[in-house]
Amino acid sequence: MSPDLTELVDRARRVRGHAIRLATRGGCFLGASLSCADLLVFLYDRVLRVSPERLADPDRDYLFLSKGHDVPALYGTLCEQGYFPAARLRNHLSVKDSVYWHPNRAVPGVEFHSGSLGHLLSVAMGVALDIKLVGGPSRVFVVVGDGELNEGSMWEAMLVAAAKRLDNLTVIVDRNGFQANMATEELLPLEPLGDKLAAFGWSVIDVDGHDFGALAEAFSILPRRTGRPSAIIARTVRNKGLPSIEGRPERWFVDLSPPEVEMLLAELGGAAPTALTSDAKVVR
Amino acid sequence: MTKPCYETALLRLAEADPRVVVLTAENRAAIRGLPAALGPRFVDVGICEQTMVGMAAGLALRGRIPVVHALATFLTLRAFEFIRTDVGIAGLPVKLVGAVPGFLSEANGPTHQAIDDVAVMRAIPGMQLFCPADEGELCDALPEIVASPAPCYIRLNTRASTLVHTPFALGRAEVLAEGSDVGVLAAGLLVPPVLEAGALLRSEGIATRVVNLRTLAPVDEGAILATARRCRVLVTVEDHLLVGGLYQLVCEILVRHRIFVPVVPIGLAGRWFQPGLLADVLLHEGFTPAQLADRFRRALAAQGMQQNTSSTPTQGAFHA
Repeated sequence: MSPDLTELVDRARRVRGHAIRLATRGGCFLGASLSCADLLVFLYDRVLRVSPERLADPDRDYLFLSKGHDVPALYGTLCEQGYFPAARLRNHLSVKDSVYWHPNRAVPGVEFHSGSLGHLLSVAMGVALDIKLVGGPSRVFVVVGDGELNEGSMWEAMLVAAAKRLDNLTVIVDRNGFQANMATEELLPLEPLGDKLAAFGWSVIDVDGHDFGALAEAFSILPRRTGRPSAIIARTVRNKGLPSIEGRPERWFVDLSPPEVEMLLAELGGAAPTALTSDAKVVR
Repeated sequence: MTKPCYETALLRLAEADPRVVVLTAENRAAIRGLPAALGPRFVDVGICEQTMVGMAAGLALRGRIPVVHALATFLTLRAFEFIRTDVGIAGLPVKLVGAVPGFLSEANGPTHQAIDDVAVMRAIPGMQLFCPADEGELCDALPEIVASPAPCYIRLNTRASTLVHTPFALGRAEVLAEGSDVGVLAAGLLVPPVLEAGALLRSEGIATRVVNLRTLAPVDEGAILATARRCRVLVTVEDHLLVGGLYQLVCEILVRHRIFVPVVPIGLAGRWFQPGLLADVLLHEGFTPAQLADRFRRALAAQGMQQNTSSTPTQGAFHA
């Protein structure tokens, strides 16, 4: 890996640290956050033409987090990119601030609220359509969950995006293989996902969502085909970065004790994995 | 004077304001000329109401004023959560035009009967609700509705009428006839027959106050309270379920202001209406001018009996 990509590895570790610190005193959706942490770090650092100073610039790139429960990864990334001080994350879940379980626009850098699955693809399409109408340079990115692809509105929107030739639009599927309680393939199988999206008129690429080199290549040419929206299926792992809970279906939403937070932070830093004792908690 | 025309009024607004974009979920009946006239600012998404509303929210985020079209029932119910969540929570200026609401769905049957649209749209904080009594009122109102920063649901009504309206203002009712016996509150399609019914009663000495509320959100509370204070009996007329519609809206306001008058609801009491052509539906459901006059007359008579049998003033709203 080139040195500049090593820098991203460090940043992604810090973002995961932010997310782990949010997984206590009420908890958060840690599993989905850790699977897309590398994606968000890469997008904000290497892809998106946006910065804290450009949030009102109509020519900025847009990122919409459609599977809103992974917002801890977005909060962490936005902190690391200077959109707001990390100290604000200490307000997590406080009624005195707006840093809660799903994204909202009171947090700088968040383009739109989400939480209800299957919405932000169509909202992003409205933004992409307007950019086409004015001939603007902006590009629009939407991070969606694979479980989110259960929603009919996603497939409806994908039909429309292809029909309207929104090639300034890129969907990134955080393909961590799980929805709330179980593997996607056990409930509503999505595979062959790439074929499905391609059949809907999208230009599709499959990529390891934790490999910055592979991501750099995947994002290097957009749109992948003129006149078509692009889909990047990022193969990821739930709870990536914490071997003790990686890929564990029951560790989706977690509410850790303070010692467990320290334990996982140590594990993130390279310490030997230790089993968690707190009960799994599934909120849906 | 040329006949008012929704399509022309919308086109004029779009020509004057480049922020206006027109969307439809393949419902083009009221806007057939707009694809050619507006070019890329006309977007037909196909039969995808949810996607259309989501896209409208995205367009509004970019500073556009989207005017979206679909059949009222599919717009307000199929896409409800998109309206509530993407348009409502963000308070975006999306204008939602619901075609063939209420009795205007005619012979389509219950699948197409938007008789609960007011109930669900009222539940969204900040949502404006406009029920034009005819195409003239619709066109008069369009500039102010499009200019408002709030989202608005319009119960589309492009029927002609002979009504002469006072200038439109959001949240301002118009009094079409004065009287102190029966006070009738209505909005939308049924305003013209209500006014005719009032005229029929006047010829037999019953003075009917006819109030066209025009917008149900914001609603003209002053006009409702004044009518309640002035008239012996209030009647609400709506092509909507009594649950969540005009009747309940009026009762809420009266109770909140501790004004206890009899309120007689004329609407759909817990059932869908019998499908048919509009004239036949109105007759079958009892909404022709003559039938309405008769229902108003009975409402007044019931109130007279109530007063004769009671030694104390009426307490609480009673429902005939």
